[in-house]
Amino acid sequence: MSAAATPVARRRPRVGRLNNLLVIVLVLIAAYVIIAIPSGDQAQQQFVNAVTIGAIYALIALGYTMVYGIIELINFAHGEIFMCGSFVSWWLLTTLGFSGAISDPILLIGVLILAFAVSMVVMGIVGVVIERLAYRRLRNAPRLAPLITAIGVSFILQNIVFVVVSNSIVTTPQIIPNTQLALGPISINLINLFVIVLAVGLMVALQLFIGRTRLGRAMRSTAIDRDAAQLMGVDINTTIALTFFIGSALAGAAGVVQGLYFGITVFNIGFQAGLKAFTAAVLGGIGNTTGAALGGFVIGFLEVISSVWGQGRWSEAVVFGMLVLVLVFRPTGILGQQLADRA
Amino acid sequence: MTAAAGAPAPVDNPGGVPLLRAHDIHAYYGHIHALQGITLDVFPGEIVTLLGANGAGKTTTLRTISGLMHPRTGTITFDGTDITHVPAHRLVTRGVGHAPEGRRIFGRMTVLENLQMGAYTRHNKAELEMDFDRVFALFPRLRERSSQAGGTLSGGEQQMLAIGRALMTRPKLLLLDEPSMGLSPILVEQIFDVIRDIHAQGTTVLVVEQNALMALGVAHRGYILQTGRIVLGDTAANLRQNPEVQKAYLGG
Ligand SMILES: Nc1ncnc2c1ncn2[C@@H]1O[C@H](COP(=O)(O)OP(=O)(O)O)[C@@H](O)[C@H]1O
Ligand SMILES: [Mg+2]
Repeated sequence: MSAAATPVARRRPRVGRLNNLLVIVLVLIAAYVIIAIPSGDQAQQQFVNAVTIGAIYALIALGYTMVYGIIELINFAHGEIFMCGSFVSWWLLTTLGFSGAISDPILLIGVLILAFAVSMVVMGIVGVVIERLAYRRLRNAPRLAPLITAIGVSFILQNIVFVVVSNSIVTTPQIIPNTQLALGPISINLINLFVIVLAVGLMVALQLFIGRTRLGRAMRSTAIDRDAAQLMGVDINTTIALTFFIGSALAGAAGVVQGLYFGITVFNIGFQAGLKAFTAAVLGGIGNTTGAALGGFVIGFLEVISSVWGQGRWSEAVVFGMLVLVLVFRPTGILGQQLADRA
Repeated sequence: MTAAAGAPAPVDNPGGVPLLRAHDIHAYYGHIHALQGITLDVFPGEIVTLLGANGAGKTTTLRTISGLMHPRTGTITFDGTDITHVPAHRLVTRGVGHAPEGRRIFGRMTVLENLQMGAYTRHNKAELEMDFDRVFALFPRLRERSSQAGGTLSGGEQQMLAIGRALMTRPKLLLLDEPSMGLSPILVEQIFDVIRDIHAQGTTVLVVEQNALMALGVAHRGYILQTGRIVLGDTAANLRQNPEVQKAYLGG
């Protein structure tokens, strides 16, 4: 057993990572050029839009991918969690009496923290309750059963909002002032900067949580082998509930962003947003958190590119055409189907 | 390898309170009656082996003991308390460690992370330090490969990792399900040496094996399982001498 001592690690060579970075930079430059050709002096604004929309899709896609990673369920109710999150934040902001931009920075920061905290916690709890009531007892049932249940849950959530709140588009307070900032050569609106920084921050935090912490290891081990995880002392029910909490909280955050950025929401907004985020998750390799984030940004760019080239008529067709192409030619996605894996 | 030489001290008349007692266990998979009244004891300080053909119910017995499944009737007591319906994740802290059939290591996690998973319920840093050292002393290979993904290890190394991971739970009773499966004769020897070492360090062992010759070599006592029933239970020495056991399990 002592023979043939090989030196410690076989890590990924640094050159590989550099190459990846180079590829990302080249792709971004290409995207910028493609956006710039038809949009002229609007190019920079459109580029920022793409990143912003991509960040929203990425936040939603993470929930799809985490839940799939741990219980192999495509949680079709996840888009509705995003929708409900947008309504929680609408309710909170209007109840507090806000209708437009808040100019006092301290107050603005306080209200933002409150809105995100409330929406994320409420939607996290809703996600946990849904898992407990609708999915848990179907954990060992044939795959179609929880899938259909998820579609049912999605209708229930839509109808609750439809009946209890509103059956038409509601206007949400855009509390972040419309201010153009200059970051060196880049001119960016405060709201875009806020959304991008927030989303990237949440994604980095999630990645560190999954990769570096004890609970993150519990989640990964449960995703890989539920029985083996139990033999290590992992309570898989709690771990799966935690996964639903985190995924739903991220969708709740995306819901708040929806209101702040677009200024509107509606009871059926979760359907299409959810489907696009699902496309992002599949594109990145479902079950893979890094892939979901990447897929979100790809979808953001696809949507903006197709809208600047086709005046908006084609963006849905392009995004869902992409879903079909990926499912047919590379069903494991860009980064492969590595359940709840590390970057 | 630090093999403890020689045969284990015989426990011909195990007495006192058993560490583990399964009494008349019946377990089912749907309508399949897999365990049809299993009764067995493991006393502190013993190595006990459970032998039997494929499909006899050995794995099911271990899964019911470690709480991955629960018997329909019958009782299991461990360390003086009834654990019949305690879920697996709670039994870990009570001292049941289980290296399951087929190793079941976390292939996409590193060797170190796999061992950390074994320590999942434990918080005493000093004790953990000792146990990492203990596992790395038993399996120097694991230290060399600690930052490598578990799935990239060879079969023998994966078995070492599975045992090491179970040891990191600091079990009073270690359940091993066919640790020699699929390994070369040299590796089988090594694994059984390690079982002796683990026992010598104070852990009680219940080992399921198809390799009856090796298992009866390390064990104090053994049980023979046939289609969900214990048909024979005796000291390892007596089982080795038993003509029927020789015919059915020892190739002679
Ligand atoms: N997951 C399962 N579903 C249905 N039957 C099973 C399952 N696992 C084992 N069995 C059946 O239970 C019996 C005992 O199996 P097992 O405990 O795996 O035997 P052994 O470990 O001795 O080979 C066998 O008849 C086997 O076919
Ligand atoms: Mg077996």
